[in-house]
Amino acid sequence: MNILIILVAFLVVATLVQLLRVGELLSEVKNQDVNKVTEKDNKNQSMIMTIVGILFLASCVWQYFSWVHLMLPGATSEHGVTIDNLMAFTMILIIVVFILLHIVLFYFIYKYRKAADNDVAYYYPHNNKLELIWTIAPTIVLTVVILYGLSVWDQITNADTSKSEVIEVYGKQFDWKARYPGEDKTLGSYNYKLVQGLNALGVDMDDETSLDDKVTRELHLVVDKPVLLKFRSQDIIHSAFLPHFRVQMNCVPGMSTQFAFTPTKTTSEMKDQEGEDFEYVLLCNKICGVAHYNMQMKVVVETQEKYDAWLAEQNTLSEKLLTQK
Amino acid sequence: MSDHHNETFISKYIFSIDHKMIAKQFLITGMFMGIVGMLMSILFRLQLSNPGESFAVLEWFLGDKWAPGGILDPNMYLSLVTMHGTILVFWVLTAGLTGTFANFLIPLQIGARDMASGFINMLSYWFFFAATVVLLISLFVETGPASAGWTIYPPLSALPQAIPGSGLGQDLWLIAMTLFVVSSLLGGLNYIVTILNLRTKGMSMSRLPLTMWALLIVAILGVLSFPVLLSAALLLIFDRSFGTSFYLSDIVIGGEALHHTGGSPILFEHLFWFLGHPEVYIILLPALGIVSEIISVNSRKPIFGYKAMVVSLMAIAFLSFIVWGHHMFITGMDPFLGSVFTFTTLLIAIPSAVKVFNYLATLWKASIRFTPAMLFAIGFVSTFITGGLTGLILGDSALDINVHDTYFVVGHFHIVMGLSAIYGMFAGVYHWFPKMYGRMMNKKLGYIHFWVTFISAYGVFFPMHFLGLAGLPRRYYTNSAFPMFDGLSDINEIITFFAILGGLVQLLFVFNFFYSIFKGTKATENPWGSNTLEWTTPIERIHGNWPGEIPSVHRWAYDYSKPGAEKDFIPQTEPLKEGETEH
Repeated sequence: MNILIILVAFLVVATLVQLLRVGELLSEVKNQDVNKVTEKDNKNQSMIMTIVGILFLASCVWQYFSWVHLMLPGATSEHGVTIDNLMAFTMILIIVVFILLHIVLFYFIYKYRKAADNDVAYYYPHNNKLELIWTIAPTIVLTVVILYGLSVWDQITNADTSKSEVIEVYGKQFDWKARYPGEDKTLGSYNYKLVQGLNALGVDMDDETSLDDKVTRELHLVVDKPVLLKFRSQDIIHSAFLPHFRVQMNCVPGMSTQFAFTPTKTTSEMKDQEGEDFEYVLLCNKICGVAHYNMQMKVVVETQEKYDAWLAEQNTLSEKLLTQK
Repeated sequence: MSDHHNETFISKYIFSIDHKMIAKQFLITGMFMGIVGMLMSILFRLQLSNPGESFAVLEWFLGDKWAPGGILDPNMYLSLVTMHGTILVFWVLTAGLTGTFANFLIPLQIGARDMASGFINMLSYWFFFAATVVLLISLFVETGPASAGWTIYPPLSALPQAIPGSGLGQDLWLIAMTLFVVSSLLGGLNYIVTILNLRTKGMSMSRLPLTMWALLIVAILGVLSFPVLLSAALLLIFDRSFGTSFYLSDIVIGGEALHHTGGSPILFEHLFWFLGHPEVYIILLPALGIVSEIISVNSRKPIFGYKAMVVSLMAIAFLSFIVWGHHMFITGMDPFLGSVFTFTTLLIAIPSAVKVFNYLATLWKASIRFTPAMLFAIGFVSTFITGGLTGLILGDSALDINVHDTYFVVGHFHIVMGLSAIYGMFAGVYHWFPKMYGRMMNKKLGYIHFWVTFISAYGVFFPMHFLGLAGLPRRYYTNSAFPMFDGLSDINEIITFFAILGGLVQLLFVFNFFYSIFKGTKATENPWGSNTLEWTTPIERIHGNWPGEIPSVHRWAYDYSKPGAEKDFIPQTEPLKEGETEH
């Protein structure tokens, strides 16, 4: 089998060599240089460029219409909607510029090919006025883009978290856990040296506020209620990515990071909209080892009543860790 | 040095101090690594489009251990992704591109007999060669090559417990990179000194061809940023081998609490990207220089706005040092810092836009000759536009939240940096091949190579934007763990199809390259009717470049189709005529 492959490769190369030799010998007979670029080449290549250019732009449009239904559904968080708007604005801008510049490029390539021997290019080394215009024009456009972008960023990162419910999201190779503060509304302290057995998050059980904390395998959120996620990692850098809410934040060992947002649609509302199979998900988006591709946690957004019922079913840490000792 | 001295085989072809031979050494090593890196991408593309399916080719290359039954091992998948990135970014597009064209063109285009130090130049190649050998050895170690991504973020890259590739494979990666940085610094210092000090009479800075400007700025970027990577790598070696805690803190892994406290993985990211972002421009700028030259020569027109082109190169280079944080918007950095990095990042769009407009203005009312080099230069303009524009989304911190580390990023940087730079490299090879080997590359094979490459490259990377907008993270072994990505398999199949097609056609280029070295038609002294100095050297390679005096320079490099001239080009060596003004 392997010998066959090598043999075929050898034959292909030998055939190519012979073909090239024939071409070169033929042109020698005709007293031409086979590698000189002729007017005919210019015509053919510029034609191909035009056709490929049109097909390229057409295929971009085709790709958009064929695959637009696969894109993420509209954001289901308050800040996510502002991100989507900024995205739409920027997208439209770059698509327009992309198409315009490519049309100009392909048109120039076609129009200004050297068609005859006496074709002479126009000597035009610079035009300061023109250059000034096309420095200032993108500057103005970018000023708008930057100001708009920064205002959205500012809204997201400076969100008021005083009324938010705090939940901890904890990543380790290769799964996620969530920790709820319990009735005292305070997450107990932690120390990585306490990570052992059932106490996978290293929670300090000598801290009284830890006793009623609840550690779960799913992340449940209340619709329309602001939440502040605090992220930690046990081992290496993970990234908590909740694409539907437009939320992403790295989980870094040795430090705590956070992201505040407000979900706006329950899971069942999304099932009605996107189909029965729909689930919110939190996935890992920073390379973290062999099962990185399957490091996920189910996320459920629900009404306050359902949420309360679910939370009540979960064991507190004191039940889990202290009674079983 | 100008006379023919006796050269043995070893001093001529192996330990050569002639810049032209060193350039060829870089080029051929770069091409070899390019094939290796590209092959890796095809192997992991097979897994991505057909997850869990058996392929004989996988078993053929990876053996029973890493592809049991022809199915790619998930650890090997991560290794392939890591090594593909490392090889393409550093070995092909840094050393292969700059090493080739800086060495080849700098003395020839400024009118010097050789580099300022031929010996240091030789060392630069041999350090690179040693780095290559170490990196290739790492492919064959028991625990597999490095697999923490080409950005080797600790703690993943620091802890063998976290991933097998972070064992010996990662050690060898770091040693290879250290050697690579030494090579790059030796080369870079040489390029800077040579361009600043050895220009021939009349070759003022304002008459330098744009390739020279680009390579000078690239060398400065490299000298300022590579040492930072070196220090980052050294600290990582310390953390890995000597128990320090620069990047490690509060880690429990494999049931064991490590002693490291007080370090920060984020420190590594800052150090890495302080090199890493300028590195993107170290890759891109030589291509910008080469393409400026080739577009001007083949449009038979001066490059439009020479000064603006130089200033925009400088602006891009300067800004590249203060934008590294845009790789880290979601590391939990201070939001204000995020704003600053968004601001500086988006500013790069201005000099980039100026460059695109100037290219278009150069093509306007031109008399375009479609050499294979020119086609690749046009391809460059297209990818520079396409990839540059999506940068507006990724550079905007608020938008980055949702596309960070998805396939949108993969599509973006492959188009703007990967494709643009490799097109620049192909353009350069087709254009300067006659000067390198005294023969022409086959035109028709060049055309086929360009068209198949151009179509399949867009076929690979354009659809990736859609994958990213669907939320698909990069570096996933398979998407099948998430029902939300089930619909994306068609797109993945299209991408893999074009990846294989684009990969195969590169073999045609390699064939054309080696065929033409030995059998290509003989080149004339100045086959493209070009103005720059390298085309005044004899076809026969001599150490010292010009047999007699070094020519002196009287004008800029872009007097094409100047009214009143006899021909449509006026070489730089031609004195100004009475009453003639310089551009």
